Amino acid sequence: MSDLAPSELAKVRGILGREPNQTETGIFTVMWSEHCSYKSSRLHLKKLPTKSERVLVGPGENAGIIDIGPNEKGERYAIAFKIESHNHPSFIEPFQGAATGVGGILRDIFTMGARPIAVLDAIRFGPLDDPECGDRNRRILEGVVEGIAHYGNCFGVPTVGGETVFERCYNGNPLVNVFALGVFRHDEIFFGRASGIGNPVIYVGAKTGRDGIHGASMASAEFTEESKQKRPNVQVGDPFMEKLLLEACLEAMHTGAVVGIQDMGAAGLTCSTCEMGSRAGTGVEIDLARVPQRESGMTPYEIMLSESQERMLLVAEKGREEEVFAVFRKWGLDAVTIGEVTGDGKLRVKDHGVVVAEIPNRELADEAPVYDRPHGVAPYRPAPMEAPEIPRSRDLNSDLLELLGSGDLCSKRWIWQQYDQSVRTNTLQGPGGDAAIVRIKETGTSVAMSVDGNGRYCALSPREGARLLVAECCRNLSAVGALPVAATNNLNFGNPERPEIMAQLVEAIEGITEACKHFETPITGGNVSLYNETLGEAIWPTPVMGIVGLMKTAPPVTIPFKEGARSVMLLGGLGTVDATRFGGTQYAKVVLNKMWGLPPALDMDYEKRVHTAVREVIAQGLAESSHDVGEGGLAVALADCCAEGIGASISLDTGLLPEFALFHEGPSRILLSTSQPEAVEKIARENNVECLRLGVTMKERLQISNSSETPAEKWIDCRVDRLREVWENALESLLNPVPVG
Amino acid sequence: MRFGVVVFPGSNCDHDAWYALSHNLGHPTEFIWHDSNSVGNADAVILPGGFSYGDYLRCGAIAKFSPVMAAVKKFAQEGGLVLGICNGFQILVESGLLPGALLRNRNLRFVCRPVTIRVETTNTPFTCAATRGQLIKAPVAHGEGCYFADQRTLDALEAEDRVVFRYMDNPNGSLRDIAGICSEGRNVMGMMPHPERAADPLLGPTDGRVVLESMVRSMVAAHA
Repeated sequence: MSDLAPSELAKVRGILGREPNQTETGIFTVMWSEHCSYKSSRLHLKKLPTKSERVLVGPGENAGIIDIGPNEKGERYAIAFKIESHNHPSFIEPFQGAATGVGGILRDIFTMGARPIAVLDAIRFGPLDDPECGDRNRRILEGVVEGIAHYGNCFGVPTVGGETVFERCYNGNPLVNVFALGVFRHDEIFFGRASGIGNPVIYVGAKTGRDGIHGASMASAEFTEESKQKRPNVQVGDPFMEKLLLEACLEAMHTGAVVGIQDMGAAGLTCSTCEMGSRAGTGVEIDLARVPQRESGMTPYEIMLSESQERMLLVAEKGREEEVFAVFRKWGLDAVTIGEVTGDGKLRVKDHGVVVAEIPNRELADEAPVYDRPHGVAPYRPAPMEAPEIPRSRDLNSDLLELLGSGDLCSKRWIWQQYDQSVRTNTLQGPGGDAAIVRIKETGTSVAMSVDGNGRYCALSPREGARLLVAECCRNLSAVGALPVAATNNLNFGNPERPEIMAQLVEAIEGITEACKHFETPITGGNVSLYNETLGEAIWPTPVMGIVGLMKTAPPVTIPFKEGARSVMLLGGLGTVDATRFGGTQYAKVVLNKMWGLPPALDMDYEKRVHTAVREVIAQGLAESSHDVGEGGLAVALADCCAEGIGASISLDTGLLPEFALFHEGPSRILLSTSQPEAVEKIARENNVECLRLGVTMKERLQISNSSETPAEKWIDCRVDRLREVWENALESLLNPVPVG
Repeated sequence: MRFGVVVFPGSNCDHDAWYALSHNLGHPTEFIWHDSNSVGNADAVILPGGFSYGDYLRCGAIAKFSPVMAAVKKFAQEGGLVLGICNGFQILVESGLLPGALLRNRNLRFVCRPVTIRVETTNTPFTCAATRGQLIKAPVAHGEGCYFADQRTLDALEAEDRVVFRYMDNPNGSLRDIAGICSEGRNVMGMMPHPERAADPLLGPTDGRVVLESMVRSMVAAHA
């Protein structure tokens, strides 16, 4: 447990005007933990843009809310979404850690009144073939995937996308970031506010046990050899209970008797009581003797700090409790009045009538210390700036196959086939596309979602890396025809008390700020996960963005080429690169086993014009296929387009080295196939972006040659079924290595 | 034709079935709560997919004790059409309305992907609008879908033309590739793939509609 610092303890004494007792100390410790209070990041998070005409609710609530407009009946609809991490628990106990991560973010969504309709996961592990940690990494991945599947499938929400990345820096600290999104009408929005003096405070859902005590403070500390002893700090999830809680809560909200509601997540009963009171400017008085308990003999300290899952706290209108109880009875759930809203602004906790804690809500919830941690140094960089001598490739074909079979770029089908992707029958595009798309049945609108991180880029430059992430997400959305409208972020970093780590965090937040302003995607909420270190070794700076876009509901334009004899076009052009900007690529990682320099250069104005152009191409129905050029570069993107058996004959006119031309990861590029190349070119011209005709689609082979040489130099020539075989089977082979000897 | 979709605590494809029937096919459809003692005025009953009662103990093992299942049994005995999809199939098997058992998938992992199944018989109210040998593409999404029965039962199912669907690409290790079977009276069917998820043109192929349309056709014929 990370205790209160001496200065924090002094502040507590100042607030209370006396020494805190043990229960109060526990309450302050969790509420002022990094996880709950954002004390190291808060100062810098203020820089993020948070407003637009569409933002109905920004940061500070359980989830952000965006207006998505009215349906034909004039009913206005909205979406709620957020991303959250469950990194530390997933390392200690992968299955339950990941499962409860899904459970927690789903509650954040439906506590606002929205029905969850989509989940995406960004998960990161050490390499599966790591000589030392490979076994453990495989076990963690299998556990995390099974945990996500267990919870989401049973709850009945489709898992429609995400990303899986492998880097050595996650060997001792995997990252599990879960994004969830829900939908509702404007008049169905609820807030976590304990309004109305005298109103009853009602506890609903699972009983309270000793599990997860101090989970929030565990998530705010580094890992040491002793961390395995913290397994009891990881909560156990019950998705069936959560499903009942979802239905019961939404039904209870519809009675009109609910005033405010909040889930009990991190810091459990403590957090929900004081935050609800603080937001409403009221006090909350509860008696722990009335709290449903799973175990006997729990102390007030344990009850207040338990992180047992699937619990909610709600405030009902006085006199209408029975309407609420009736709904919960119908769903077979506990619902008990445990206290009431008071006018004195205090959280007063009693145990059989005896006061065991009394703390002002506002000071507890909102007056946590804010630290301006030193960051006046260069961000820590794990790699040199100068490019090494880059050896000339001996065989570009086998380079391409090696990339397609590598952990980051290979098909993740083995993972996502374990997720129910189509329950609720809204999934227009599930995992494997540039962006996931779910339709909103109640309106003619669909929501596209992309989650993306890149620790490698951000390690080389947190600011540029962060900007690239935002650009990439927005490009993914635009590549399916959606207009990016809002974002959530999950900031995964090391120990902020180290200035070179704090500098990474500050630079990344500023990079996100610049890009989110530029692409008009305000941040509506998110999560900060610090102290991602094991035995003193920090993960690379890994901000993960989740960006949502809106589009008219229509059959999606997908990645694969559909027909032969279509023009293959590269909207945005070939891009530029030099040796320094090549050091963060997958080619450098996989083929050269090196890292250096800087991430690819980004021109945000140009990038935005490319987005506008591709959305227009799709809106006019000109694209038969569409795919963002991302990690692995142009050759990998082309290979992705061949996934359904149609290949292409491509001719590049470039003076670049073949390694650079084929595998550099410059942004602002989208691959299209079309039967109307002139119309696409016209749109490109109107938007002042380059557009190249690279070649034509054809059966069976992918061929790439360089036409700047005479005769043309053949770079890639491979059967598409071979490309597909390598790409499809790589993950399973990595998970089931052939024993040596 | 009125459809009733049973809602157990933990059902999560109830709304999908309701939407496919009411919106994609345009038939009046109502929900039936698990503690009701009758199926109301439904002409056909759907037991939807999901995790009824958390699938504690065994999939469908607790659902069979719910009040509504007594009503469904009675309804089936009187010749009413009952379609169990996924968890609904598991419940039908646990309730003894269909023979055999659904075990954990052979590879012990949940699987969600489109599969192709073949119509083995059109002599059921669930396939009368299809043709024998017709291929249907629809998603599966289950962890316990491996159909198991003893040799004699399997032989009997085949001899009595009660294997309704077989997988072309068996996703779960089901014996004899069985994806769906019907009762002796042919009015109760269970299947693991989700026809209700393959009924909306916006989401892809609508091969699943033929199952629902067959039910409508046979009910119309019965009423005529």
